[in-house]
Amino acid sequence: MSEMRTTLKTVRGLGSAKDGTMHFWLVRISSVALVPLTLFAIGLVFSLIGKDYDAARAVVGQPLVAVLLILFVAISIEHMRLGIQETIVDYIHGELLKVSILMLNTAFSLVLGAVSVFALLKLAFGG
Amino acid sequence: MVELTLPKNSRVKDGKVWPKPEGASNLREYKVYRWSPDNGQNPRVDTYYVDMDDCGPMVLDALLWIKNKVDPTLTLRRSCREGICGSCAMNIDGTNTLACTKGMDEVSGAVKVYPLPHMPVVKDLVPDLSVPYAQLSSIEPWLQTVSPEPAKEWKQSHEDRQKLDGLYECILCFCCQTSCPSYWWNGERYLGPAVLLQAYRWLIDSRDEATGERLDNLEDPFRLYRCHTIMNCTQACPKGLNPAKAIAEIKKMMVERRV
Repeated sequence: MSEMRTTLKTVRGLGSAKDGTMHFWLVRISSVALVPLTLFAIGLVFSLIGKDYDAARAVVGQPLVAVLLILFVAISIEHMRLGIQETIVDYIHGELLKVSILMLNTAFSLVLGAVSVFALLKLAFGG
Repeated sequence: MVELTLPKNSRVKDGKVWPKPEGASNLREYKVYRWSPDNGQNPRVDTYYVDMDDCGPMVLDALLWIKNKVDPTLTLRRSCREGICGSCAMNIDGTNTLACTKGMDEVSGAVKVYPLPHMPVVKDLVPDLSVPYAQLSSIEPWLQTVSPEPAKEWKQSHEDRQKLDGLYECILCFCCQTSCPSYWWNGERYLGPAVLLQAYRWLIDSRDEATGERLDNLEDPFRLYRCHTIMNCTQACPKGLNPAKAIAEIKKMMVERRV
């Protein structure tokens, strides 16, 4: 050992974070929720093929459709954020770089979510 | 970042082609990874020709034939030569397995032999396994109890004993551990399939009273949750065990105790 530390010292490191299960569970829960929501979103797109803007807007503006679409977008983006976070933690090893990219991931997801939900609300409430 | 290319002094070069044994007609070609810490040279792959009429059927037989009859400097670990000690774990024909239970007839063409992947190499086919050994000791793989010790032994029902089947057979060869990409990228923080299988072996033991503390120690984004169900571990295990399933069971226990 060039650093005069035992291997066990290295392996034990800073101890267990007592965390990670919520992340794991959220990925599963969001996957389950996305099964019906994705089918709904795809079905909606197909049902709107050939319709003009006003007709499409009337459908998307219905309360139930708008709420389901907002849920679809929000849960998809959260699922995406969790997945990208895992990839970053797997592959990026410099601490500064890793934390920076994790922040970027969160910021990107928040902006994407805010813009998408705003667009849906605008379609629903007009203006 | 993950290293995609090897540093210059680690690039594997073509090595020596050793002479064919005289008078032998039934030859098998072996390409074996060689590296020595003593001469400052790059790793190389040497080519040997094994006389199949003078050699047993397993890859280990051939390696020992080479060591005895061609090149005594070839370095490898072996002990039991029957798949129970785990010493001769190495990468044969692209898969981590035990040289003593891998038949040469299972490999087509030249038999390529490398040390277990992504571990520091001590010499030739001998990897430095001190990190996985330390990880194993970090999960405290022994019975832990609080209740007063019984006069004779800790009892276990037949059903509870059966839960250890598929776990106790692990020989700690680390074929699974070193086949796991998550272990390659985060080997110092992720415990890896072999160690997690051992952890589960004690989590599921009906006599052990430290289940909660064991789960506490595993509940970590790195120690446990670097497993992404890649399944290389299960595919590699020369004993036919299923570390991926053991890890999935640990994750289930983690969810179970909070939902």
